[in-house]
Formats: sequence, structure tokens, C-alpha cells
Amino acid sequence: MSDPNDETEAAARARRGRNLLLAIALFAFVAIIFVITIVKLGGNVPAH
Amino acid sequence: MTTPVQPAVLLPAEAARWQDYVSLLKPRVMSLVVFTALTGMVCTGRPMNPILAAVAILCIAAGAGGSAALNMAYDADIDALMRRTRHRAVPAGRVQAADALALGIVLSLFSVGIMGLAVNWLAAGLLAFTIFFYAVVYTLWLKRRTPQNIVIGGLAGALPPVVGWAAASGHAPLDAWLLVAIVFFWTPPHFWALSLYTTGDYAQAGVPMMPVVRGAASTRWQILAYSLVLAPLGVAPAFAGLGGPIYLGVSAIGGLALVVLAVRLALSHAGDPAPPLPAGRREGLYDVRLAARPARDVFAASLLYLFALFAALLVEHTPLFASLGLAAPLGLGR
Repeated sequence: MSDPNDETEAAARARRGRNLLLAIALFAFVAIIFVITIVKLGGNVPAH
Repeated sequence: MTTPVQPAVLLPAEAARWQDYVSLLKPRVMSLVVFTALTGMVCTGRPMNPILAAVAILCIAAGAGGSAALNMAYDADIDALMRRTRHRAVPAGRVQAADALALGIVLSLFSVGIMGLAVNWLAAGLLAFTIFFYAVVYTLWLKRRTPQNIVIGGLAGALPPVVGWAAASGHAPLDAWLLVAIVFFWTPPHFWALSLYTTGDYAQAGVPMMPVVRGAASTRWQILAYSLVLAPLGVAPAFAGLGGPIYLGVSAIGGLALVVLAVRLALSHAGDPAPPLPAGRREGLYDVRLAARPARDVFAASLLYLFALFAALLVEHTPLFASLGLAAPLGLGR
């Protein structure tokens, strides 16, 4: 396994970009599930 | 047993950027998929919760992206041999095929699951079938085996309108399948026109596209045959009550123009072996020899034609347009 300290600046920048994309995707997924839950529950909770 | 490895994969690769992962999803194809699916949704005329509508579109986009990533993972070997595709992230070595495969599987599963849980299971089932058809039937089975690859495989690209329709209404009526049929019959003339001026690349990669297997002349006449079916089919929604007078005008004029260009192509020598270029001159990837221009014109016109048809439907079904009283269907079918 290569030592991450050996990374060039370009490789480190690329890694930060990938991590940021992954973070955005994860937060977006959580937000989507939250919003879907609210929409699907809306109006049905009082019925119970 | 040894596995042949393409030279491009062995080149030292630069680190993958986030844009490489986005490119695995084929954003331009995705935009066409979203556009036709959105048209299917709007054509139902049924009000839909805007958040769930956005979720449905997102699921369709993610499903299209997932199946594209699966295609990229499997086709890296032949992509490395074609000028148009050799710089893609996997054949260029920036992304591992296994990573593209994982991304494709995750996106496919999540898009279908969320569509089912948030919207309805008919739309989810149709989306799953679309992904399966593109990734397995087209990519794994048809693409390398038969010149009918894009004819049969074109069904995957044709299904988004019915997925959108099912998402909005929970049904998949004949009107929705009419839109599917239009995209299905549009696919062969569009892609064969492209392949007529990129035949060398497909032949080098061993992909049995129609011009490679049956020759350019046969392909030109088949493009005309499909165009002759497509033009009246394109008008049909106007008489099924799906499109109004604007759609009728756009589809009639567009269909006629496409047939005229297809006749011009059939009578041309596009795709025939070209004489060698003068010494020292290299042909660029998208350079189109004079003889092949009728093929390029059919390719461009067919793209514009499909966009115009769906844009006309979309515009006619928007509430603002309907409120102006301009979208009255001709109603012969209703």
C-alpha cells in the first residue's frame, strides 16, 4: 500500500474532491430520505 | 489462462478526480433520459406532489447513470480501442472497472428502491427492467454479438417516458407506449447515421455495427426504412389525443424533413470506403468527409427531431399553455 504522504499535490487535490463529492452525495441521500418521509407521512399521521 | 489487457489500461494513470466519477454516469445521455421521462410525467395530466415528482426524476436520472456506469465497467476493453471512447475514465486507467461496477450497482439498487418506496412499484419495476435491459441485454449480450444490437437494445433508451408516466399516474397506458415506440424507431436511424462515419472505429473494436457487418449501402437503405416508419408514428400522438395542433405541425414537418434527408442519404455514398488522405494529413475524430455529410445531417436532424417532438408535447401540457386554450387535443382517439 502506498504511503499517502507520497501523494503529489494534484493527487491530494483529486482525493479531496472525491471526498467532498462523497460527502455531498451522503448528505443529499439523508436529506432525500428525510423529505420523502415527511411528505409520505403528511396528512396520514392525524388519521391514526 | 491469460486475459488480454488493453495497452491504455497499463499506462500510469493520474488520480481520479470527482469529475471522472460523474462522467461514468454519461450525463448527456442522462439529460435526454430525464427529458423524455419528464415529458411522460407531464403528459399524464395528473397533479403530482412536486417533491415526489422531483424524487421520481432523480431516481430515473440515477438509474440511467447507474446503468451507464455498468456499461462503462464492462466495455472498458472495447472503449480503449475506439478514438471516441478511449479517453473515458476506465479505459484511461483513472477509475478501476471494479469501482465503476460498484457505483453502477449501488446507484441502480438505490434508484429502484427509492422509486418503489417513495413513488410506486410499477414505476420502480419499469425502471429496474430498463436498467437490466441496458446493462445485461444490450451491454453483455447484444452489443458484441449482432448488428441488431442497437435495434433491440434501443428499447432501454425508449422506456423512460413510460417510467415517468407510471411514476405520475401509477399506470402504463397505450399513450405512454406510443412515446416508447417513437423513441424505439428513432434509435436505429440515429445511431446508424453516426456509425456510417465512424465505421473504422467500430470495426477496429470488433463491434458488429450494421455498416461493419452488412455494409454502408444496406445501412443507408435501412435508415430510410426506419425513417419511413418513424415519420407517421411521430404524428400518431396528435391523433391519439396526446398532442395538439403544435405537436401535429412539428411532427409533420419534422418527419417530412427527416424522410427527405434519409432519401438523400440512401442515394449517397456515405460510409463507403474513402480514398486515402494526402500524405501528412491526419483525419480528426469528428472530421466528416464530404461524401459522409448526408449521414451527419441525418444524425443531427434526428436528434433535433426527437427533441422537438417531446418539447412540443411538454409545452402543450404545461398548465400555462393549456390555460391559453392552445393545447386542445385533436381528440380523434378520445
